[in-house]
Amino acid sequence: MSILVIGEHDNAALRPSTLNVVTAAKALGSDIDVLIAGSDCQGAADEAATIAGITRVLKADDAALSDGLAENMAPLVQSLAENYSHVLAPATTYGKNLLPRAAAILDVQQISDISGIESEDTFVRPIYAGNAMATVRSNDALKLITVRTTSFEAAEFGGAAPVEDVSGGTNAQLSTFAGEELTRSERPELTTADIIVSGGRGMQSSENFAMLETLADKLGAAVGASRAAVDAGYVPNDYQVGQTGKVVAPDVYIAVGISGAIQHLAGMKDSKIIVAINKDEEAPIFQVADYGWVTDLFEAIPQLEASLGADAS
Amino acid sequence: MKVLVPIKRVIDANIKVRVKADNSGVELNNVKMAMNPFCEIAVEEAIRMREAGSADEVIVVAVGPSQSQETLRTGLAMGADRAILIETDPIPEPLAIAKLLKAVAEKEDPGMIILGKQAIDGDNNQTGQMLAGLLNWSIGSFVSKLSVEGSTVKVTREVDGGLENIDLAAPAVITVDLRLNEPRYASLPNIMKAKKKPLDTHTPEELGIDVSPRLEVLQVLEPPGRTAGVRVNSADELVEKLRNEAKVI
Repeated sequence: MSILVIGEHDNAALRPSTLNVVTAAKALGSDIDVLIAGSDCQGAADEAATIAGITRVLKADDAALSDGLAENMAPLVQSLAENYSHVLAPATTYGKNLLPRAAAILDVQQISDISGIESEDTFVRPIYAGNAMATVRSNDALKLITVRTTSFEAAEFGGAAPVEDVSGGTNAQLSTFAGEELTRSERPELTTADIIVSGGRGMQSSENFAMLETLADKLGAAVGASRAAVDAGYVPNDYQVGQTGKVVAPDVYIAVGISGAIQHLAGMKDSKIIVAINKDEEAPIFQVADYGWVTDLFEAIPQLEASLGADAS
Repeated sequence: MKVLVPIKRVIDANIKVRVKADNSGVELNNVKMAMNPFCEIAVEEAIRMREAGSADEVIVVAVGPSQSQETLRTGLAMGADRAILIETDPIPEPLAIAKLLKAVAEKEDPGMIILGKQAIDGDNNQTGQMLAGLLNWSIGSFVSKLSVEGSTVKVTREVDGGLENIDLAAPAVITVDLRLNEPRYASLPNIMKAKKKPLDTHTPEELGIDVSPRLEVLQVLEPPGRTAGVRVNSADELVEKLRNEAKVI
């Protein structure tokens, strides 16, 4: 088995999703290359080289690759793929955008969002918003796979793999990056946070969401939201946890004013501990919560802050 | 410009799915089916483009069993002009669907193809990206804003860190996210009118596409369940349990 991991990065540094994918790759074999394709991406390549247990870093450095556009990236993945048995990418918006295009031009039926590895050709993946788990075997000679990052631990650093330059990176002239509006936050990233405080429609306004942010800061937590809260405009889209948003699995997920639609549960039910705070005691979120508190959230949040502050360790 | 909108018939999003007793799949018999919610958003966007004058014909396409005609009629009742069914049962894998849609696109020569970003049954999130790759067209995935300016399609994409703007050369494949629009309901007169709109049926064989599966589903299981835990009655009690019982804060 030889495995190519498509590293996710911002040219200067790796994104943590890459580390989870490397761990998935290790379940398939020990010959693992990490591709860092970007522009002026030495920083990300050097960081990738320190991931423990990988063979090489392949660095493709070209202006056409600077923004990760799938039209320019997919032919590069196609040209490298013949050297490998498996090509893995994270099931993040980056990997989901890129890998199916590469799979199509390689005539491979991709396996999306795997949460488990049974053997070199057999994988477990959630379907129907995680209400069923399918075990699938691929009959393609080459396997292209996106990996659910929360299902695999992050690989450790401490390695010193060589960085090799690879060519490839032609501008397909099909699309142009025209800017981004990224949410700036000092808080931990949702997908890697140990603690998440998440709000739903019950928060009623973006001003009220600030209450959750104060609570989150007290806990060192990330802030998430249900689709209802995002649709209502209380918080930006990248807060959304669920079937079609982010999938999270923190140590503790505190759901405040979230009723618990199956689409939301799909994104958080692998959390170790779930806390539900909701005034509707019939809310489905209580059926999956380890600790449920039926109360008005606007009274509960200040009380919770006070309790945390009283004997903060 | 012609706009092609591939749509899929899936279990209604409000139905709780059940795994079959023999673990071969999910129970589909006597279960309410509906258009995939993301596909409704795609149909809506195409109709709005026609209403705004940037599109002149909207064609809905489904790949699936003959019952997919109902889903196509829903798209026609929303306002699509005509429908194409590629009849095949069971619904093939995303790569085969993308190949079938490519064959339709080569025949119809649309200026844009708009699809849902994923279907809520397989949750694969592949078909649009694959179709763009096979056609060697530009791709705007997870789109929450869309405008056509001459031969450029300007899109805003929902990405993990926030929003990203991309300019696409037409023709383009677009996959839509939840916040692009709010799909309309079909009115009764439009449902009646839809019954008279043209619906053509083809088969994969006619299009010369092999739809045999590459993946074998070995089993489908219920996910590990979670059960309701305990109720707490105060902030102090909750904090105490999180600290000393669960040891997570």
